Amino acid sequence: MTSTAEIIDRCQALFEDLNFSAARAWKAAAPGRKVIGFLPVYAPLEMIHAAGCLPLGIFGGGDQMEVIHGDAYYQSYICRIPRSTIELGVTGRLDFVDGMIFPFVCDVIRNLSGIWKMMFPNVWSKFFDTPQNFDPEIGGNYYIHELQELRAGLETLTGRKITDDDLRRSIALYNENRRLVREVYAFRAREPWKAPTSEVYLLMRAGLMMDVAEHNRMLADYLVAAAASDRPQRDNVRVAVYGSFCEQPPLNLIKSIEMAGCYVVEDDYALVNRFLTADVPTDGDPVQALALAYLGQSVETSCKYVPKEEDKGRFHVEQVRKAGAEGVIYATPSFCDPALLDRPMICGRLKEANIPHIAFKYAENSGQMQPIREQAGTFADSIKLWS
Amino acid sequence: MQCFIGIDLGSTTTKAVVMDENCHVLGRGITNSRSNYDTAAAVSKQEALVDTRLTLFRRGLGAVPELAGSVDGILGDLERNFRHVQFLEQLDDLERTCVANIKGPRFVGREKAVAEVLAEVFTRLREHSAALFAPGAKRKSDFFRDLAGADFMQIGEVVCREAGMPFEMILNVYDKSIIEVENRPPAGDMEGKFLRALEKGGSLSDAIVRPVRDALAIPLEETYVVGTGYGRVRLPFPKEHIRSEILCHGLGAHMMYPDTRTVLDIGGQDTKGIQVDPAGIVENFQMNDRCAAGCGRYLGYIADEMNMGLHELGPLAMNSTKQVRINSTCTVFAGAELRDRLALGEKREDILAGLHRAIILRAMSILSRAGGVKDQFTFTGGVAKNEAAVRELRKLIKENYGDVQININPDSIYTGALGGATFAVRAVVN
Amino acid sequence: MSEAVKENSMLLQKQMIARNYEAITSKHETGRKVSSTFVPGNLNELLMCFGIVNNLPEINAIQNGMRKVSGSYIMEAEKGGHSEDVCTYVKADIGMMGKGSIAPNGKPFPDPDVLLLSYTGCYTFMKWFELLRAEYKCPTLMLHVPYEGDGHSTKNMRDYIVKQLKEVVIPGLEQVSGVKFDIDRLREYLRNSAKAEDDLVWCLEQGKHKPSPIDAYFGGVYYIGPIFTAFRGTTDAVEYYTELRKEVQARIDNKLGPLTPDGTSFNEQKYRLVVEGPPNWTNFREFWKMFYDEGAVVVASSYTKVGGMYDQGFRHDPDNPLESLADYCLGCYTNRNLPTRVDILAKYVEEYEADGLLINSIKSCNSFSAGQLMIMKEVERRTGKPGAFIETDLVDPRYFSAANIKNRLESYFQMIEQKRRGASKAA
Repeated sequence: MTSTAEIIDRCQALFEDLNFSAARAWKAAAPGRKVIGFLPVYAPLEMIHAAGCLPLGIFGGGDQMEVIHGDAYYQSYICRIPRSTIELGVTGRLDFVDGMIFPFVCDVIRNLSGIWKMMFPNVWSKFFDTPQNFDPEIGGNYYIHELQELRAGLETLTGRKITDDDLRRSIALYNENRRLVREVYAFRAREPWKAPTSEVYLLMRAGLMMDVAEHNRMLADYLVAAAASDRPQRDNVRVAVYGSFCEQPPLNLIKSIEMAGCYVVEDDYALVNRFLTADVPTDGDPVQALALAYLGQSVETSCKYVPKEEDKGRFHVEQVRKAGAEGVIYATPSFCDPALLDRPMICGRLKEANIPHIAFKYAENSGQMQPIREQAGTFADSIKLWS
Repeated sequence: MQCFIGIDLGSTTTKAVVMDENCHVLGRGITNSRSNYDTAAAVSKQEALVDTRLTLFRRGLGAVPELAGSVDGILGDLERNFRHVQFLEQLDDLERTCVANIKGPRFVGREKAVAEVLAEVFTRLREHSAALFAPGAKRKSDFFRDLAGADFMQIGEVVCREAGMPFEMILNVYDKSIIEVENRPPAGDMEGKFLRALEKGGSLSDAIVRPVRDALAIPLEETYVVGTGYGRVRLPFPKEHIRSEILCHGLGAHMMYPDTRTVLDIGGQDTKGIQVDPAGIVENFQMNDRCAAGCGRYLGYIADEMNMGLHELGPLAMNSTKQVRINSTCTVFAGAELRDRLALGEKREDILAGLHRAIILRAMSILSRAGGVKDQFTFTGGVAKNEAAVRELRKLIKENYGDVQININPDSIYTGALGGATFAVRAVVN
Repeated sequence: MSEAVKENSMLLQKQMIARNYEAITSKHETGRKVSSTFVPGNLNELLMCFGIVNNLPEINAIQNGMRKVSGSYIMEAEKGGHSEDVCTYVKADIGMMGKGSIAPNGKPFPDPDVLLLSYTGCYTFMKWFELLRAEYKCPTLMLHVPYEGDGHSTKNMRDYIVKQLKEVVIPGLEQVSGVKFDIDRLREYLRNSAKAEDDLVWCLEQGKHKPSPIDAYFGGVYYIGPIFTAFRGTTDAVEYYTELRKEVQARIDNKLGPLTPDGTSFNEQKYRLVVEGPPNWTNFREFWKMFYDEGAVVVASSYTKVGGMYDQGFRHDPDNPLESLADYCLGCYTNRNLPTRVDILAKYVEEYEADGLLINSIKSCNSFSAGQLMIMKEVERRTGKPGAFIETDLVDPRYFSAANIKNRLESYFQMIEQKRRGASKAA
């Protein structure tokens, strides 16, 4: 049996490698292989996979990369992820990436798609605008066409057709992936001392940089190893972390929250592989299946419109209950429009549901952890004292 | 003779350069920018004119064959004595101001005692001043405020202790007075002071006295003055006498190094990346955005935070063996990050090395925004004097732009004023 | 401060705005329904079909900015938990609620009957109306306008919008107003729109004259007023633009520049600029003065295209009413991708013979601002003309640093001047 430490070491190496050696190796392993980068927060990876390409999650440069040229493109009041993404581009670290998908998150990522077109005219790039109308007849039809357009774009890029059966096979693999991911999350919610979030996080991030089948094996191995591991249970409070779906906090911040006495039992870090909440049907029209899953079975998050006022924040409250969290840390990147504009509404709903919460901001390269430990620690203490 | 003057009113210091009609620099002057910009401009200009006189003396003395080899010594003595005369004059002013400021409720009934103590303090300050301006004496600063202030603290405490008076009594008077003195326009009669300085030097041969007196007799006509710098809008100049610091910096760098194409200036409040053409004309520029992160002030803040002098930061950072990565160039966050690192047991020099890298990374971004770095590259501003910052800059320029000649002039602080003076020449001569 | 000197067109517009505020604030007496909606993707003709009065929160925020009350509203919203990082239009609007919601005519704003969330070119719109919806609990009609990520619209996008109009927006407005939709009424309004749009475009294009008879940024915000807000489709707007056109023509005939707020004709135009980005509203006149004091006139701008890019050929089309509303939304400036924005701005610099592109980067507005430094670089590269970059905010007075802006503007103008002299010497 592979130990959790071995698995996590491998994940950490992938996570830290800003040259993406593993993805480069994957591409070099067979002629004609293509790599498609995608940004947060949701892209139909099944389609990329069905095209025979490797979907590669680009989640900024973290806290280990110095940003020089990326900063030249952004004012001080814009978040950090587009800067470090540009830095990755101009320093040649993404020179093996054949295409880029910029999903709809906010205007900053949206505009980054245009910068990419100007900066890297030879890279196929696509702004992927998911529907904000959730009626299958309206938003659904629109989305099916968008998916077909994406499919056509990928076909042109690779020179091969994506058949419905290709797509069904990919959907099945990603269904398996989502199922295993949900299992890891459920396991962590049950026995958080056996699956620390710093590990679960790396496990998820690594999965966005490797072939899905391989990640499926890794998830299964981790579940076995974690269940068998013997780690002491601590008197930590159980919290959910929200607001961290796009620009990612530094690993140290994730660790700091745990060190401050919190078990993270639910989160929206990076999202992608938990964006769809149920299996996508593998019978029938696969494109339609993907579209309907997006419309009907996906998380509530800040970049999606919530059609009914009473539903706003409902997902968060339900997830908190389901995971048995005692409080919420609303941790957002500085200057993150989606998370910060949503904050008063989501926190309002948490308040109505009597769920204690705190909020703070970070950047992917935040250096000072003391204030984070301080706040998370005080929050943990207050929950212990008052509930 | 015609003098063309450029004055650069910066956020921390004000600089002036005097030029002749052939664009030869005759003199430079610097003073601390104070709340009164008019005074700062007047003082820096006067300092530059003093320096101009010294240049004229040098020319005069240099023409005397029997003085060959001893001109530097003569000029050194003359300047030293002149500074001493000037210092004493300002000290008199400060004493008068202090005496006048012994008023208000806290002094009731003690006016006489305070006046006596002050009189004693100033007597000793005058006595001690001889040592300050003795041959070979090193002065920490050339600004009156710094020199008088340091001595006042020392001597004042001693005198107060002897007189059994709390030091705050006279410190209060001093604090109020030094601001007044500093903001008063400088006293005139530079020529007279030079003559007195000449007399101070004892009986000198005619071979020395005559060329000095001849040089003093040359009238220095302020033909055209150009103002620049952040405070330029507050200069009492007509609009056509004001140029942006970007233009002046570009032209100033060009005057120092005619092959300069890219200029980086890191000042107290802002960082500028400038591209100039072969004639010194600005082609493009970028400044730090609204947020002043990573400017000179950042280092000042760090120095305060570490309880060190600004000039000690660079040398300490040079001792680093393992640079710590500092991610924040925000002055506010940097303090927190610094304390965090110290708490983690990182060494001060390693943290400082990281901080210097952070400030230079920020400058690199501004350069990138301004269109990159072209050969030759000139680095100016206060931070150009910091060896740790320069080391990082050299490294990063090489990594990002290859082999580029990097110019750093010891007089780079005068770049803006030099450009201003050149503009003044061009306004009249062209 | 002296009262700004006003031309006839400005007086007309002032009356139109006053009438609209009166219609909004008197809804309880008149029984009319009021909707809130945004400037980009504004569907005024459609609202008119249902007799619904159009209230635009962006315009209210601008009004509050110019009246110097936005600062306190923003702080009120921040006290209520809104982040200092986010859009100050939103915070000025929400803060105003906390302080009684008084309209510029001194009467209280009534609650809206419907929020028409025409989601065009700006992410924040979606959150803004989610926030207002939580407050007013009124029907909210989402019209999702996809972004032209590849630089053009597609049939799929257009069909999607038309479908939403037919199945979400129109039924929703019928329900709120109790008025049955009449497409012929819409056609009639669209005919008015197209006529006014013709005249607006003519006026904006006169920036090509030397001296320019218009200021396409500071003056431009007045020129676009009726078409961008509650008057597109009305005969009032048609009249306004006829009047405006007459005034511009008169200035051309007399070789006069635009009128400044000081009441003088700005004829000594030394620099011609293209400006990208919205203006600052809290210090609008001070900001404008920094330009005309230095002899800088704006000959073309992108801000005058946020509510529709009529100068690129689009007109509302009575023969294809819903499709043309869809095309209108898709084509608004901030719904265009960055390469297209570069194309447009570079074209402006060339066609309007400008000295360069000046970007006023707005902290609040990532839709405009994210990527503007790339835009500047590209436009500089393509035109060979230098760009300049300044930063302000829409309605946050804390973010307007006059000394800073003045410094940059002067440096920029002097650089242009110096380059010109260098060029003439070389020639």
